[in-house]
Amino acid sequence: MQPAGRRTVVDLALQPGAIRADEAMARSRALAKLKLSDIAFRHVTRGAAVFVLLLLGGVIISLIIGATPALSKFGLGFLVSERWNPVTENFGALAPIYGTLVTSLIAMVIAVPIGLFIAMFLTELCPMWLRRPIGIAIELLAGIPSIIYGIWGLFVFAPFLQSTLQPFLIATFGEVPVLSTLFAGPPYGIGMLTAGLILAIMVLPFVTSISRDVFEAVPPVLKEAAYGLGCTTWEVVRYVVLPYTRVGVIGGVMLGLGRALGETMAVTFVIGNAHKVSASLIAPGTTISATIANEFTEAVGDIYTSSLIALGLILFVITFIVLALARYLLLRIERRIG
Amino acid sequence: MNPLYASRRRRNVITMGLSFGATIFGLGWLVLILGTLLWEGFSGLSPRVFIEMTPPPGSAGGLLNAILGSLVLTGLAVLFGTPIGILAGTYMAEYGRHAKLSSVVRFVNDILLSAPSIVVGLFIYEVMVYPMGHFSGWAGAVALAVIVVPVVVRTTEDMLTLVPDSLREAAASIGLPRSLMIMRIAYRAAKAGMVTGVLLAVARISGETAPLLFTALNNQFWSTNLNAPMASLPVVIFQFALSPYKDWQALAWTGALIITFAVLALSISARALSSTRKQS
Repeated sequence: MQPAGRRTVVDLALQPGAIRADEAMARSRALAKLKLSDIAFRHVTRGAAVFVLLLLGGVIISLIIGATPALSKFGLGFLVSERWNPVTENFGALAPIYGTLVTSLIAMVIAVPIGLFIAMFLTELCPMWLRRPIGIAIELLAGIPSIIYGIWGLFVFAPFLQSTLQPFLIATFGEVPVLSTLFAGPPYGIGMLTAGLILAIMVLPFVTSISRDVFEAVPPVLKEAAYGLGCTTWEVVRYVVLPYTRVGVIGGVMLGLGRALGETMAVTFVIGNAHKVSASLIAPGTTISATIANEFTEAVGDIYTSSLIALGLILFVITFIVLALARYLLLRIERRIG
Repeated sequence: MNPLYASRRRRNVITMGLSFGATIFGLGWLVLILGTLLWEGFSGLSPRVFIEMTPPPGSAGGLLNAILGSLVLTGLAVLFGTPIGILAGTYMAEYGRHAKLSSVVRFVNDILLSAPSIVVGLFIYEVMVYPMGHFSGWAGAVALAVIVVPVVVRTTEDMLTLVPDSLREAAASIGLPRSLMIMRIAYRAAKAGMVTGVLLAVARISGETAPLLFTALNNQFWSTNLNAPMASLPVVIFQFALSPYKDWQALAWTGALIITFAVLALSISARALSSTRKQS
C-alpha cells in the first residue's frame, strides 16, 4: 500500500481489519517523527522571530557600548558642543545634529506639498490607464541607489545650483533683513541647501506612495456626496479627502522624514563636510551620517571612534522615535480602514 | 457669473494645474537622473569594464573585481538573510498571528526596515570587525544580511496572510501536520510573493554603500578571500567619484550606470512577478 511518490512514506491510514505488529510499530514511529518535526519547525520559526528582536536589541546595545567612552568623557555637553577637533580629541555633536535636522527640514518642506499634489493627481485627475505606470515611475525614484543621487548631485546638480539658483537667491534676498542671513556667503554649490534638495527628491516617492494609498482608501460615497453638493475637485480633496486621511498622511510624512534623517551617501557627496553651525542655508555643513561615512575609517584613537559611534547612537534614537510615531499613526488608520 | 463661483473655479483650476505640474516635476527627476547616467556612463561601457581590474589612477582598467565583490556579498547576504526572514515571517503569519510576540516583532521589523543603513554598518563593525581586528568580506555580507531580513520578513508575512484559510483547513482535515501544511501548501501558494520579497531585498542591498564602508571596506585587487577586505561596486563608485582623477570619475559613472539599471531591472521584474501592489 505504498503510494508512488518521491519518497517512500509509511502509510499512516488505518487499514480495515487487523494490522500486523510491525506495521503498527512503523506507524507509531512515523507519527512520532512527524510530531517531533512539527514541534521543531514551530520552535525554529519562533526562534527566527525572536532573532529579529535580538537584532534590534543588538544594534542598540552595541551602539551604547561603543558610545560609552565618548559619552562618559564629554557628558551631556557632547550634545550641545560645536567643537570637533580630532587633534586635541575634543568632540561635540551639535554641528552634525543641526545639519541633519536642517537638511531634513528643507527636504520635507519641499517634498510634502509636491508629494501630496502628485497623490492628488494620481487619485483624482489621472486617467485610469495612466495611474499604474506613473505610480511605478515615481516609485522607481525610490529604487535608485542613494549613491547615484550622490554622484549626480555632486557632478550635475551642485554646479547647476552654483551657477543659477544660489546667485539668484543671494541677489534677491541679500538685502532683506532675516532672509539675508539664510542666504549669506558665496555660492559654493555644495552645502546644506543642495543636500536638502537632493533629499527632497529621495523622499518624494515615499510621501507620494503612502499618500496615494491612504487617499485611495477614502470611501467613494464620501467623495461622491461632496461632488453631489457641487464641490470642485480641489474642495473635495481639501475638505473631504485630507481630513479623512490626515493621520495616514502624517504617518507617511514621518516615514519619509525617517528616511531623510538617516540618508547617508547622497548627503555625503554634497554637504561639504564642515563642522560648524551656520545660519546660512547655502553654507557647507555636515550631518550625522555624512560625518560617520567620511571619518570612521580614518578615525584614530578610541575617543574619536567612540564619538562617531555616539553620533550613530543619537541618529538611531532620533530615527527610532520618528519611525515609531509613523508606524503608530499608520497603524491607527489601518485599523480604521480594515 | 457669480463671483464666489468664479473664484472657486479659479482656485480649482490653479490647484489642478499645480498637481499636474508636481507630477511632471517628479517624473522629470527620474528622466533627468537616468538621462545623465546614460549620457555620462554609456561612453565608458565596453567589454574592458567587465574583464579588467580597477586601475590605479592614470591608467585604463575595468570594474571586474568590484562587480565580482558585489555579486559575492549580495549572494551571501541573501543566503544568510532569506531563511531567517522567511522563518520569522512564517511564525508571524502561521503560528502567532494574534500573539503578543508577533505584534512586537512586526513593530521592531518595521523599525529595522527603515533604520539608517549606516547604523547597521556601525553595529557590524562593533560585533565583527572590531573583535576580529580587520575588515572582511564576511562582515560586509552580514551587514547586508541584516538589511535583507526585515524586507523578507515583511513580504513573507504579507503573502502568507493572503493565502486563504480554506486551504489550510483542507490540509488539516486530511491529517497533515502543521509544519508540512506550511511547507507544502502555504509556501507553494505564496511562492510568487515571497520570491518578489527576495528580489526587492536584492535590489535594496545591491546599491547599499553605507553599511559596507567600514565592514567590507574596499580592495584594489582581485580577491575571493572573504577574510580580507573586499571590493564592491557602490564603494568603488564612492571612492572613484570623489577622487580628482578623470579616468576614475569616468569609471564611477559607468559603474553607476550598471548598478542603477541592474537595480531598476530587478525591482521592475519583482513588480511584474506579483500582481499585488507593493507594500510601503
